[in-house]
Amino acid sequence: MDEKTLDEIIARYAAPSGRLLGILGEIQNEEGYIPRETLESLAEKLDVHLSRLYSLVTFYSFFSLKPVGDHVITVCMGTACHVKGAETILATLESLLGIRGDTTEDGKFSVTTRDNKFTLEIARCFGACSMAPVLQVDGHLYGYTTPGNLPGILAEYGWRSHED
Amino acid sequence: MKIKSKSDLAARRRIGAAKITPGTPRIAVGLATCGAAVGGDRIYERLHEIIQTGNLDILLTKVGCIGYCKEEPLVNITIPGKPLVILHRVNEADADTIIRAVLAGDVLDDKALCRIPAWDHVTGHTQQYGTGFDRIPLYADVPFFRHQKKVILRNAGLINPEDIDEYIAVGGYQAAFQALTGMTPEAVIDEVEKSGLRGRGGAGFPTGLKWRITRDAQADKKYIICNADEGDPGAYMNRNEMESDPHMLIEGMIIGAYAMGVDEGLIYIRAEYPLAIQRLKHAIREAREAGLLGKNIFGTTFCFDIEIAIGAGAFVCGESTALVASIEGKTGRPHPRPPRLTDIGGGLWGKPTDLNNVETWCNVPVIIKNGSGWYAQIGAHGNTGTKVFSLVGKVDRVGLVEVPLGTSLSTIVFDIGNGGAAQKKVKAVQTGGPSGGCIPVRLFDTPMDYESLNNAGSIMGSGGIVVMDEETNMVDIARYFINFATGESCGKCVPCREGLKHTLLLLNKILAGKGTKADLETLAILVDTIQATSLCGLGQTAPNPVLTTLAYFRDEYDALVRS
Repeated sequence: MDEKTLDEIIARYAAPSGRLLGILGEIQNEEGYIPRETLESLAEKLDVHLSRLYSLVTFYSFFSLKPVGDHVITVCMGTACHVKGAETILATLESLLGIRGDTTEDGKFSVTTRDNKFTLEIARCFGACSMAPVLQVDGHLYGYTTPGNLPGILAEYGWRSHED
Repeated sequence: MKIKSKSDLAARRRIGAAKITPGTPRIAVGLATCGAAVGGDRIYERLHEIIQTGNLDILLTKVGCIGYCKEEPLVNITIPGKPLVILHRVNEADADTIIRAVLAGDVLDDKALCRIPAWDHVTGHTQQYGTGFDRIPLYADVPFFRHQKKVILRNAGLINPEDIDEYIAVGGYQAAFQALTGMTPEAVIDEVEKSGLRGRGGAGFPTGLKWRITRDAQADKKYIICNADEGDPGAYMNRNEMESDPHMLIEGMIIGAYAMGVDEGLIYIRAEYPLAIQRLKHAIREAREAGLLGKNIFGTTFCFDIEIAIGAGAFVCGESTALVASIEGKTGRPHPRPPRLTDIGGGLWGKPTDLNNVETWCNVPVIIKNGSGWYAQIGAHGNTGTKVFSLVGKVDRVGLVEVPLGTSLSTIVFDIGNGGAAQKKVKAVQTGGPSGGCIPVRLFDTPMDYESLNNAGSIMGSGGIVVMDEETNMVDIARYFINFATGESCGKCVPCREGLKHTLLLLNKILAGKGTKADLETLAILVDTIQATSLCGLGQTAPNPVLTTLAYFRDEYDALVRS
């Protein structure tokens, strides 16, 4: 993230309440993850220890330190999605994209395809439980997903089946 | 224009009324997150295109969600003199025929879900729409709606959440006006206490009492906070309340701030709810422009403003001390209470702080407007008012359901929800999220009130009801929640950090068919210990899914272990 954008984000958070998480959230939204250099320059600009920012980024599940691909697919793992087969959705996406991910100890899951086109992540709950199972691609929600309609969703973002 | 008097408010009501029932037909598309995602936004765009190109005399607008998620996308049609008609399962291709019918003064029969000749907006305003369309079922005859009582969701899906005038037109901000110009702060707290309102975030603490403690705390500065973090997976009523009727929340907070003598409020909302954040920001801006937030509200000496603080996904931040730490830019790790938030040294930036859930705040305007006596008649003794539940999982009619507290689970799951999806048999429900428990179908006469749910081993929580059917493996459900809690444990105290991890390992072993009878005994002892010795609510309640499945579905565990 360039310095000007970062300064603009910081300027939007003048009041102390909600400041640090607000700024980090905007960086996450903008970049798809929190780049190390941005975190370092943020620490300097706000005069807070880098370790403190690092502890925030690793504590809260919304933040990621891993770079992401062109499109980010987030599978909801909420309760309603779970009972309606979220695990199968995740496994099907892994096999379609030819990747395998693991949940780390702090509950994060992020894996990117080798061509850097897709990143697969999980979320705790989108609060769209009525349309379970739910997933999100680049912020667009897809409800009532089934293993069968996943290729169609991926195709909207330029995915091609290997059999093609 | 700032609203400073009764006549200013009346003028805004007239402006809003002219938008809700204009002299021309009005088409309103249900555009909360879920409605938009299943095609509502494309329908809106298509309708917009047709109306623009044809230069048609039709008012197109957006509304929130009336809660019948299964039937989405929903579109409301209001033709002057006729009842409001809700169309369901609409898709983009229907746009042309919808418009053609509307221009002919009609609606599509095969898309009509129900008609509403008049709607009681509860706070003293009944919206008259009109008569006719007798062939379409009445709202009150639709099984999903018949058993519901809309108090909190009284405006949801009927007014434009991005237009303050429409909220004012249906009785909004009258309670705040009444409180600020005609009641002492003491009198406001009295009303809230007498109403019997209890915290809708889960624990059910008496709201009026919390307000009184905050008011009585001696400090130069105090805060009020709205907890909009809605961390329970399976619960989304707060999202809809904010997306469909954000001004109701803001009005509740204005009244609370006045009662407690607070000039600064915060809404702590999760980053996963971008539309709710956007609508709240818009509503706060509108309220400021109308003189309802900021300096000298309604022209009085009272000043109060609201800011938004965005959370970043940590379930533990539902715990009050962790939530405050999060707003202060720290990791959300709870500290032992006391000091409580309302104590000096315990709240935000060390100042006495009142924290209430979204839905708790939303209850306030109607209590002030209609009086505590009116409110206390709804629900059951000690459990007054209504509660919004999210009825999801393997149930036929998914959606948001508002019923008086004390309504039985069976009414909610069978009468409103129509039982299992795809004709499957319902086995249990899970209430209260990861801190709650599973209740088997044989206990479905349990009334949904705070105490009865506790007696059944579960909790009210924020109101998520996830239905499980005959195909659901209850041990897997227990594992799901323990896995969730393990990931969300902040790691500060040993029983929660280590205990949950070992509970998860045991459940994994049992589910893999490698467990023994001795493992089941260890499991029972382990969860008892975690419950008794954890520092905060997360750890103390995390064993509930295991405890309740062990109590009610022991046979499923037994079937998995080797003797």
